[in-house]
Amino acid sequence: MSFSWAKPYEPTTPFMKWLDERLPLPRLVYGATGPGYPVPRNLNAWWNFGVLSAIFLGIQIVTGIVLAMHYYATGDGAFNSVNQLIMRDVNGGWFLRYAHMNGASFFFIVVYIHIFRGLFYGSYKAPRELVWMLGLVIYLLMMATAFMGYVLPWGQMSYWGAQVITGFFSAFPVVGDPIRIWLLGGYAPDQAALTRFFSLHYLLPFVIAGVVILHIWALHIPGSGNPTGVDVKSEKDTLPFHPFYTAKDGWFAAFFLLLYALVTFFVPNYLGHPDNYIPANPLATPAHIVPEWYFWPFYAILRSFTLDFILPAKLWGVLAMFSSILLLFFLPWLDKSPVRSGSYRPIFKRFFWLLVLDVLILGFVGGAPISPFRTALGQIAAAYYFLHFLVILPLIVKYETPLPLPDSISSSVLHGEAAEAAPAGQTTKRRGSSAVAVAR
Amino acid sequence: MATKASAEGTEQSGGGEIRRRDFLNVAAVSFAGVGTVAALVPLVVQMSPSADVLALSTTEVDISKVQPGQGIKVSWRKQPVFVRNLTSKEIAEANAVPVSSLRDPQTLAQRTQPGKTNWLITLGVCTHLGCVPLGIGEGENKGPYGGYFCPCHGSMYDTAARIRQGPAPKNLEVPEYKFTSPTTVQIG
Repeated sequence: MSFSWAKPYEPTTPFMKWLDERLPLPRLVYGATGPGYPVPRNLNAWWNFGVLSAIFLGIQIVTGIVLAMHYYATGDGAFNSVNQLIMRDVNGGWFLRYAHMNGASFFFIVVYIHIFRGLFYGSYKAPRELVWMLGLVIYLLMMATAFMGYVLPWGQMSYWGAQVITGFFSAFPVVGDPIRIWLLGGYAPDQAALTRFFSLHYLLPFVIAGVVILHIWALHIPGSGNPTGVDVKSEKDTLPFHPFYTAKDGWFAAFFLLLYALVTFFVPNYLGHPDNYIPANPLATPAHIVPEWYFWPFYAILRSFTLDFILPAKLWGVLAMFSSILLLFFLPWLDKSPVRSGSYRPIFKRFFWLLVLDVLILGFVGGAPISPFRTALGQIAAAYYFLHFLVILPLIVKYETPLPLPDSISSSVLHGEAAEAAPAGQTTKRRGSSAVAVAR
Repeated sequence: MATKASAEGTEQSGGGEIRRRDFLNVAAVSFAGVGTVAALVPLVVQMSPSADVLALSTTEVDISKVQPGQGIKVSWRKQPVFVRNLTSKEIAEANAVPVSSLRDPQTLAQRTQPGKTNWLITLGVCTHLGCVPLGIGEGENKGPYGGYFCPCHGSMYDTAARIRQGPAPKNLEVPEYKFTSPTTVQIG
């Protein structure tokens, strides 16, 4: 690790010494998630969501592996193996299935919070560009995995979701249709598509786990960021990961798992769609096709193109949807402000919350049936999304005067806490004795 | 040792000329590269439609019971196909539309077979994102142009199944088909 004061690993028992000389795996773990990893001491609650994402990945892998023991990947058997066998006959199957179904949603909830944390606190900036980009790779893999998993129960939404999403490829001229037929192994989703989706749905979580290791590795080179965005300068700025952050992450994990349990046990189908309890029927489309909630913002961007302009509207929609994610790979170079944390950037901060609102509006539009008003709203929101990243972010730097940064992490939290917690320039309440400490 | 020394000798001798070892390296790596690419071919082509899927690529349809104004939905390559017997009013409506005003300009005659203009056979797959439009079944919403209406994103097709309004870029696709007898159509 990067900091000279990181506690070195010292095996205590003869066996651990023996092991350390041959396979230093405990040393690796100690340095990555143990007392050997110094972490800025001022991390707030938003920094818990990386560990939470890893927990939900683990839950998905474990529940997924056991569900696969009872699932039939056949066009005739898939629906019944999920809705009859797993939901009714397999011991505890209903729980595993609901846990897996809602685990996917919670995985996306914590990952979205994790991503927006990164957007607000400038976690994508140097020297953590690769951490950010690897995170985006994980996110893309998650989307592919979630989509293919949703197809597996072979209900109406599964089937038509597969039809619509593979239909994106047919938007590309000339090569589009052959690619789509190649991906599906047929002219419409059928046995061939179901089997390969199952195979890939089983594979990709392990690929995600591999990229997660790269993500953490790349993070541990500069070390974790922090809410002030100021670099770690001395040992006073950090705390060992264990026991301090294992305890804090543990508390938040308990809190989030409680929410997850509430949804899984009491409203397990709240985030799903009733049409998926109808077996797939290739000859009839449900009246209102929507993807799962975590795809709604992108679905809204896809649908916001209604006019042909040089290229067909459909191709514009598909290109816009893909580029809405791909442009995030360029974010470290679009936002050139040297100040990382949004807390010290008065103009950026406002536009950040506008972006959050914008994505929520896109989500609402993407999940609701089409109407002229909602289409127009979606078009404005989609345009603003691109405007934010391509125009507003690069321009803010020119007009913004960042607030003064604290000298160090420790001075922001240890001495004169009141003065540092509220950004300079804002009046702070000074009460009695604390005023002495404040006046540094 | 002697062979090694002589090999080193030849290596050092060449200033700009190609050494024997360079040739061996390039040849060996190229051979392995070609072999790897060749091994990828079966990994890629296994994804294409298999023989059993392709075997379903023709379907015979009995159309003797389809009266003018009616239509049937049949399955071809696991996709719905609309077989519709147009009324003379629907044919007249389709022919009355100026072709140049269409997004995907085609006449009804181009979309049907000579002498069988009343038989409109198209895929029941919306060209937008692949939903099945309504309008083939009795009492279904045919949309404002009397053809088909896609409930997913509101594409509207006319009586020749041509796109008239909504996000779809193309007319409903006309599959390859032939009349094997006056009352039987072979699709595919």
